[in-house]
Amino acid sequence: MWTTKTFLTKTKRGNILKIVREHYLRDDLLCGSSACNICPHKDEEYVLDSKPDSVCALFDYPHYLLLDTNVVLHQIDVLEEDALKNVIMLQTVLEEVKHQNTAIFQRILEVINNKKRKFYSFVNEHHKDTYVERNPGEKQNDRNDRAIRKAASWYALHLSVNNVAGQFPQIVLLTDDENNRKIAQEEGIVCCSVKDYIENVNGFVGLIDKLSKNVIPETCSKDALYPAHFTPTQIHTGIRNGKLYQGTFHASRDNFLEGTVSVNRFEKPILLQGHIGINRAVDGDLVAIEVFPEEEWRKPSDIVLEDKADDPGDLLEEESALLSSAKPLDSSKDEITPTGKVVGIIRRKWRQYCGILMPSKFPGATRHLFTPAEKRIPRVRIETRQSDVLASQRILVALDSWPRNSRYPLGHFVRALGPIGDKDAENEVILLEHDVPHARFSEAVLACLPPNDWTIPEEEIKKRVDLRSICICSVDPPGCTDIDDALHARPIDGVTADGLKKYEVGVHIADVTYFVRPNTALDKEAASRSTTVYLVDRRIDMVPDLLSSNLCSLRGGEERLAFSCVWEIDENANVLSTKFHKSVIKSAAAMTYEEAQITIDNSSRKDEIARSLRTLNALAKKLKQKRLDNGALLLASPEIRFQVDSETHDPVEVQAKKIMDTNSMVEEFMLLANVSVAEKLAEEFPQCALLRRHPSPPPANFTTFLKATRQQGFEIDVSTNKSFSKSLDEAVLPGRPFFNTMLRIMATRCMQQAVYFSSGTLSHPDYYHYGLACPIYTHFTSPIRRYADVIVHRLLAACIGEDVTHASLLDTKQADSICDNLNYRHRQAQYAGRASVALNTHILFKNRIEIESAVVLSVKRNALQVLIPKYGLEGPLYLPSDKFTYNEEEHYQICSDVTLKTFDELTVRLTLDSTNLQHRKLVFQLVKPHVPGFSYVPEDSGMEVESVASAEEVKETPIKKRKETKQSKPKKKSKNQ
Amino acid sequence: MPGPDLLSSQGLRLDGRRPNELRRIRCKLGVFTQPDGSAYLEQGNTKVLAAVYGPHQASKSKSTTEGVVVNCQYSMATFSTGERKNRPRGDRKSQEMSLHLRQALTAAIKTELYPRSQIDIYVEVLQADGGAYCAGVNAASLALIDAGIPLRAYACACSASMAWRNGEPEPLLDVGHVEEAAGGVVLTVASLPNTGSIALLEMSHRLHMDYFKVVLSRAMQGCRDIEIILDKAVRDHLAEGWTKQDVVTI
Repeated sequence: MWTTKTFLTKTKRGNILKIVREHYLRDDLLCGSSACNICPHKDEEYVLDSKPDSVCALFDYPHYLLLDTNVVLHQIDVLEEDALKNVIMLQTVLEEVKHQNTAIFQRILEVINNKKRKFYSFVNEHHKDTYVERNPGEKQNDRNDRAIRKAASWYALHLSVNNVAGQFPQIVLLTDDENNRKIAQEEGIVCCSVKDYIENVNGFVGLIDKLSKNVIPETCSKDALYPAHFTPTQIHTGIRNGKLYQGTFHASRDNFLEGTVSVNRFEKPILLQGHIGINRAVDGDLVAIEVFPEEEWRKPSDIVLEDKADDPGDLLEEESALLSSAKPLDSSKDEITPTGKVVGIIRRKWRQYCGILMPSKFPGATRHLFTPAEKRIPRVRIETRQSDVLASQRILVALDSWPRNSRYPLGHFVRALGPIGDKDAENEVILLEHDVPHARFSEAVLACLPPNDWTIPEEEIKKRVDLRSICICSVDPPGCTDIDDALHARPIDGVTADGLKKYEVGVHIADVTYFVRPNTALDKEAASRSTTVYLVDRRIDMVPDLLSSNLCSLRGGEERLAFSCVWEIDENANVLSTKFHKSVIKSAAAMTYEEAQITIDNSSRKDEIARSLRTLNALAKKLKQKRLDNGALLLASPEIRFQVDSETHDPVEVQAKKIMDTNSMVEEFMLLANVSVAEKLAEEFPQCALLRRHPSPPPANFTTFLKATRQQGFEIDVSTNKSFSKSLDEAVLPGRPFFNTMLRIMATRCMQQAVYFSSGTLSHPDYYHYGLACPIYTHFTSPIRRYADVIVHRLLAACIGEDVTHASLLDTKQADSICDNLNYRHRQAQYAGRASVALNTHILFKNRIEIESAVVLSVKRNALQVLIPKYGLEGPLYLPSDKFTYNEEEHYQICSDVTLKTFDELTVRLTLDSTNLQHRKLVFQLVKPHVPGFSYVPEDSGMEVESVASAEEVKETPIKKRKETKQSKPKKKSKNQ
Repeated sequence: MPGPDLLSSQGLRLDGRRPNELRRIRCKLGVFTQPDGSAYLEQGNTKVLAAVYGPHQASKSKSTTEGVVVNCQYSMATFSTGERKNRPRGDRKSQEMSLHLRQALTAAIKTELYPRSQIDIYVEVLQADGGAYCAGVNAASLALIDAGIPLRAYACACSASMAWRNGEPEPLLDVGHVEEAAGGVVLTVASLPNTGSIALLEMSHRLHMDYFKVVLSRAMQGCRDIEIILDKAVRDHLAEGWTKQDVVTI
């Protein structure tokens, strides 16, 4: 059954270690071709057709394609198209691809697994006739090329020998490596470059557009705009002897000529400026950088800069304006950051980008510029012949390369998403840009669902605690169909030792794990989605609709399976005992927050629901007080709700979310349930409990925040969450009710992200949740929309013996990888939600002009970041530098007698600027305080004449500005108070 | 799940074996003339020498009337691993291995036949590439036969591990060094395949109960396969003419 030939492969690493590995060569590997009658294939093992149709005009006889590594790496988009079939993938190629780019490797695996594509992966490395030993002194690449050629000629021979009829498929080797092609031809192998092959394919429109541009080697210096990157060995030695550093490049959102790289050795991120400094790095790339000597360190330029609208060709514009403005003046030392430049790219992290085409000015041209939706990605030059069609579409583009002589990276068109401005296309962009899996649920997933008319089986009811007779109700936002929590409270007999009344309080969570069994297709899909994503007008479910809004949803008046957490609580909201069990419940009512509030307030209602709600409400208030006493932070974020037109699904009005007592009532009990479950899990599964932590923010996060609050006359103590919470409570300005909320919004931005983790990966003190001020926390209460809760449910069920454990549940490593995915998806879902809100605000303001009050969030060199509380909108208000002076140390802008600082209240005029379709943006114009010649003046005020006059005055006396500021300061303050 | 994929999508392991295949086993009995019995065994790149002295009179302190005392020593040559080993024997791991060897071999030897005597078994690992203990048991088994000591059955040892192929669990037989280092669980079984009894069972990590059965049955299958190979080697050795005293250079 197995051949006994042994080969030794030697590799060296680190301190020169000889590694000897066995390598078995087999004679039982199949060729996978239906044309072969020697290999002992079983029926399902035939992958390649016996007479494949040729799609290429160059080769009009039946043939199989054999791909070289570079073809897979660079032309994956072509391979993903249905055009090419009957392709042989060699193991040599797959391994090289895997080594160089895992993302592409995953994609090619997808293609291979698609039965219709007829891709056969042939294990040539272990086949006795195709194995090639590396010759002494031969490079690995050359050996691999030789292995590919060997496999090609073996296939050709194998198929011809087996077929007496004379009709057998040929082998065509596709490779872009000229050298390889030459040797292959000498050896009698038919070969061709991808470009030649694809250009002669008939019947597949648009295939040519997907061809990746040829890569120009780094050494070619003709018309070079950028300095060459170092070679991998140069980078490696550079990093080893400490001359270079490695890190991930983050482009600035505001300024396309600036970016940062975080390096361990430096406290602050390294600043990179200008085309040359960034040297073709794209956001997310792993780069090698060189840090400049300390004299050249400077501070970030603080200006907002966008790439010019027109196509300047392959030229780099003057950037001295940018750089000189950023030179350190007399500013203090702590604002200076190290600077450096990119000298090499270690690994590209390119993905596909959404955006729009900016057609060339010349009709009929094929080279166009593409503007990505993500501001941090540079524009891309692509080649397409369908520019007329694509100009009005949102399109998806992949990056190919960025040669030294091109100002922009080169890419190719992948697919169109839909017309610009179309709601579905815009949503698709949001989902793609945030990597949200949003395809329909597959057949395999749907097969795991119970039938539509499923009811609770009798034996299941017997196994569970029957709570159907108890008055349970749910409270949710209006229009919520995935109800995953319900509550009840009732007095129980007896008193505590201190003579306090006792209550039984229960939180009942939808029992999703009853339907989502581990390791089923449904479970895997839910795990990969990790969370339900809420866009303004659309919801992307984690589990299919049947479960999320029917069988799992705890709807009023229907019997549902639940996982209950029941406490005995005394009057003062001290928990006396906790128990967990699976149950059957029948919700008495599914209410909205508003309805619940009305029920509580309506003293004439004395029924069970009202009594239950009042008890809950009273207890919740005590729980909340306790939590706050412990140092929990009350943070705020501008949240709004859209009122959506029922027919067009366009937003018609926005309003800030109303917060009622009942909101916090539900929240308190959910927190209590989560904490109780977390304690139980950590005790039972010290190695693999899934918990959630919120690290305390590093003090450096607070510097600008503290500066800003000081200007308003408040000293905030951020040393612990308790003191922070206390001083936030005290920071109230009478007459400015929004000021405190504003502070909390800003404070939220100083925080770290809360993350999921597996208890085995951290020590106990690190479990702390900073925001909630509790030592341990997890998510238990929303299994319909969060996968973390599903895992927690399973663990808890195993704790109480209601369910069996399974291997993957108890594996720390796997729990860790699940956490990574959860955190990633969770973050992306949040960003997607925000993007959707932004999109809808833009639609809302399409035909509107409004004048609203706003608050300054931060002060930049040439702009103010302002927030409009009513809409939760945020954006830059540009200030011309000829009118305003920027104070770098204290961060404020001055124009004659007007000073603008953080937290100041303004009045602004809002309009939508649609001139750039890609980044439609809201334009903010200052209305009040009035700055002559700059502020927008409402037409009826009649101030125009005056303002023009004073504008001239200002221009004439720019030197006086500083003096004036000092005078203006007290004035401003008195205004505020 | 362990980091690298131990099984490719075509179902081959890193070295080209299928999950249920052993490494190549080559062995030779009677490689030395000095001991009463000796054997050399290769399992892939793991190479082991075993020598047996006895039965001879036991030292006073050890001797029992119950049966023979089996004395084992497991040692690894300093050059057996990738990085040079400092202590060939006497360290914790070797001591543990010696105990394990004794447990497995005592189960195979008909100890009751030789009261008040002693058998010394020396196992020397020349090259370690995973599964050195298993190879040691198999080699010692052969050496005991070469020494003419009555056995109940062949003592065979084999290891097994777990891997996933397309999300399905698939146990791997006869784990090599690369697969061991990947961090998965390794289950080592020493058994008397003839009788189906297990002499020693050891596991390196935690493994969920769901998978234990399949892994164990695969390891037991491995022991049976090894027994066939050992049995053939013994028969070939005897057929070759056991009178011929050939000293083989390794």
